Amino acid sequence: MPGRFSDIIVIGAGPNGLACATRLAQKGRRVTLLEAEAAPGGGARALPDLAPGYRSPALAHLIWQFDPRAEAAMDLSRHGLEWAAQGIPTTVLSPDGPLTIRGGLAEGPDAGAWATLYQRMLCFAGALEPFRRMTPPRLAKDNSWGQLAKNLLKLRALGTHDFRELLRVLLINAHDVAQDELTDPRLRAALCFDATLGAWAGPRSPNTLILWLDRLAGQIGGQRASLGMPKGGMPALAAAMARAAEAAGVTLRQGARVARIVTDGERVSGVTLADGGELRADLVISAIGPKSTLLDLVGPRALDAGLVTRLRHQKSRGGAAKLHLALSAAPDFGTDLHARMILAGDEHEVESAFNPVKYGEVPERPVMEILLPSAFDPGHAPEGGHVLSATVQFAPHDPKIGRDEARAAMLEASLARLEAAAPGIRRMIVRADLLMPYDIERQFGMAGGNWHHGELTVEQMLFLRPIPQLSRYATPIRGLWLTGAGTHPGGMSGAAGWNTAGAVLEARQ
Amino acid sequence: MTYDAVILGAGHNGLVTACYLARAGMKVLVVEKNDWIGGAAVSRELTPGFTYSNCSYVASLFRPEIMRDLELPRHGLQILPYEGGAVLQEGGGYLGMFRDHDANRREFARHSPRDAEAYDIYSRDVLRHCRFIRPLLLRTPPDPARFRPRDMGELLWIGKQVSALSEAQIAGMVRFWTMSISDYLDHYFENPVIKAYLAVSAIIGTALGPMSPGSAYVLLHHYMGDVDGNIGAWGFARGGMGAITRALASSLRSSGGEIRTGAAVEKVLVKGGRTTGVVLEGGDEIRAKRVISNMDVKRTMLRHVDEADLPGDYIASVRKFKTRGSSGKLNIALDGVPKFPALPEGSTALKGDLHFTDSIEKMERAYDDWKAGHFSRDPFQDVMIPTMIDPTMTPPGKHFMSCFVQYAPPKIEGRDWTDADRDAFGQTCLDQIERYAPGFKNLVLHVEVRTPRELEAEVGLTEGNIFQGELTFDQLLFNRPVPGYANYRTPVRDLWICGSSTHPGGGVMGAPGRNAAAEILRDAKLSVRDMSDAWAVL
Repeated sequence: MPGRFSDIIVIGAGPNGLACATRLAQKGRRVTLLEAEAAPGGGARALPDLAPGYRSPALAHLIWQFDPRAEAAMDLSRHGLEWAAQGIPTTVLSPDGPLTIRGGLAEGPDAGAWATLYQRMLCFAGALEPFRRMTPPRLAKDNSWGQLAKNLLKLRALGTHDFRELLRVLLINAHDVAQDELTDPRLRAALCFDATLGAWAGPRSPNTLILWLDRLAGQIGGQRASLGMPKGGMPALAAAMARAAEAAGVTLRQGARVARIVTDGERVSGVTLADGGELRADLVISAIGPKSTLLDLVGPRALDAGLVTRLRHQKSRGGAAKLHLALSAAPDFGTDLHARMILAGDEHEVESAFNPVKYGEVPERPVMEILLPSAFDPGHAPEGGHVLSATVQFAPHDPKIGRDEARAAMLEASLARLEAAAPGIRRMIVRADLLMPYDIERQFGMAGGNWHHGELTVEQMLFLRPIPQLSRYATPIRGLWLTGAGTHPGGMSGAAGWNTAGAVLEARQ
Repeated sequence: MTYDAVILGAGHNGLVTACYLARAGMKVLVVEKNDWIGGAAVSRELTPGFTYSNCSYVASLFRPEIMRDLELPRHGLQILPYEGGAVLQEGGGYLGMFRDHDANRREFARHSPRDAEAYDIYSRDVLRHCRFIRPLLLRTPPDPARFRPRDMGELLWIGKQVSALSEAQIAGMVRFWTMSISDYLDHYFENPVIKAYLAVSAIIGTALGPMSPGSAYVLLHHYMGDVDGNIGAWGFARGGMGAITRALASSLRSSGGEIRTGAAVEKVLVKGGRTTGVVLEGGDEIRAKRVISNMDVKRTMLRHVDEADLPGDYIASVRKFKTRGSSGKLNIALDGVPKFPALPEGSTALKGDLHFTDSIEKMERAYDDWKAGHFSRDPFQDVMIPTMIDPTMTPPGKHFMSCFVQYAPPKIEGRDWTDADRDAFGQTCLDQIERYAPGFKNLVLHVEVRTPRELEAEVGLTEGNIFQGELTFDQLLFNRPVPGYANYRTPVRDLWICGSSTHPGGGVMGAPGRNAAAEILRDAKLSVRDMSDAWAVL
């Protein structure tokens, strides 16, 4: 096969692909990173054209976690990363008045209860965090027993009482914990919202508290469970990561869409690009999602039938829509705009917003996370104007009434809620844009429109992610590896990419 | 006089514990608040000539080991297997179910040839999960937070069972334990009616919908039973569910145990951290070396033990134990067999369970109503006519119909049920049956409608939860009922719990009662001669 040869090809320059490529390049490998779009970032990309003078992050608008290993090795501040805000507070918007939460500090009658609960959960999250940094354990031979034993001992070191409590709440639902521990409906709403953010599950679904623990396990710049927004927004983070990758020696090719992963029999030999170009490598790592990689780029014919069936059945339903508003003035939510705002009055509202989505219907009263990037960083909007970026939950990925009708209904439902929370906001709208899960799938290649390239649920976590046969980043095709949010531990923190690079290096030794 | 053991509540688990203790030579007394025994496993004559299984209605979970140990067949117990079943579809179609796997397969093929193929694989997979979990039922869960030799030994034993499985099987098991039944069935089946039929066991008695993660485990919980050695097969007790507790009572008396009915417990006496007996309502005091409660953990601890005698964090944990009821029941005396036009003449479906919920979406919507604090507008009903198999329960030509209804909340929009709510609930269920069996209502001679309110008031199930505590992972195994106390003990020395709020949970299974007896006898250093494979780690 003709074409240029590199040691390793990484497909997809999202945060995980960038982290993975950088680590491999730093270890002296010749790495080519292929990105289909004109700019790197994946889910951290910019929205191309909201309205003249308005810039909005396309999908991710905040960062919850950045893998500390990747953060240290990529040294992003040297590559231009600055923070517009760190430790962003959360304000719950409610008919009872807004309530602001800063980590374990909350106002109101539940201040003590919230502090206790938050600290306990932070402690559990800290004990679980080391699992994020390892290749998922195998349940048989060839396991990294030492690492596993160390992580398990760390759990046990919580002490008898806390260890028992962890085992009790590990698979519990968020709703019950909120009701057991808190009385303020706004705090209950915050807990339930954050536990189901980006998931296809309501807070009453068992196995949802662990999703909150997973969020709390993250850190940025050594700060645990801290929300940050880079100067210039998430696209600026992606740009800094791309510069770091290139500084490490990665060849980044943008606008290079991979059409096929070429295999000869049992092993990978390179990729074919959509423009007809060919690239050779005996090691290909794909960060674009397990389903897209194996079912679309490799093709079922080169794979075992059982694996194909399992992969097709892997759950990848997106439940979140993304709303962008270009506003001519500052909306009045009755609170400081320098916050992440959660529009949900109580835990029941979060659950009720999920109910219709189970049946492919649009909720009448969606709940949402609202951020005004322009409040933190004026470059996002023209003078006096604002950009509102919101994650609206829940949204059907396969609506019964048709896609355009569902999008219109979702937009109307969202705007009606916003208008109730910030009267007059509808008159300020210069442009509104809503991405439903199927739009997210089309624009970002995320299967089902799910942020994680496959639902992050207990039955698809750790050694079950994305499916048991693929959980250690390797695939049955020699030289073809998976990374990205679809693999353990999910998300765009770069942890999956870093872990994969480690697994690849170990296998090559 | 002082008893060796006084047992609070003559439900099936209380009686099982009593039987084992009496057989080991203890002097045992069972006290029961009602004038009849049985708890939720009862047969009652509420209208002349008709025997109702007015709470639990099927026997399959009851452990065969216990039946053998306590010689229940000799004491009159006979289990009759179902012979069929059907889901009646909206619009007139139906999906029949049969005792025979191959017959089921043919019936599935009528709806979807692909699903008929999948049924073999599905059955094999579920059976494997059942085989794995069954040995765990009759063992005390280890406490993973303690380093006692027995807990460690038991954990190792479980680890050994797990390591005997292949990697793929372990992954399959973890997924099965954590998934929703809807997602699980999607892996195998495409036809909505077939999925609706198979999802039933995952929602019975549960405050979960078929789309809730963890519901697949509940299916397993219902499948663990066996009638005549067929895993997952269900059956009727001849003479109604009360036949089980009657046989247990007879077995107990033959070993010298006593039962006192109409004797409600007021208070468990505690002195210096240990129990000395109980006081009954009315003031009678019964002295006993140990007190064993068959009531659920909430009722036992929050109503009958002084708060001052319990550690604060234990009480807090008991309060967090979830017992939200989700089921109701209609018991109906019929003047004849209702006609279901959709079913073919002579169908065996009437000798088993009938459902009118033909999609998972309908089940889930019924659950959404429950979450919002209403009974389901279009409920799921598990309807059967036990007298089609067992004519002893009614006068000749008449029939008893049992309708188990999912979902009914413990409270209506946060307030207590009223009689009007109960009647509206009953009417909703009757109307649903009438839609599939026109003329059915004309056959009705008597109806007893039971909501969680009635289940709590009569049977004593807190919030009407039929499992004495929800079956979610935070309340299973070593977490049941309270972390650190899964070994049937309580913070009060010699006060034990033996009901369904302990491992392995609800259903007329008898396993909690048996496991509690094993622990009590072990604690008393008495032999458990009659107990088949009592424990693994001694």
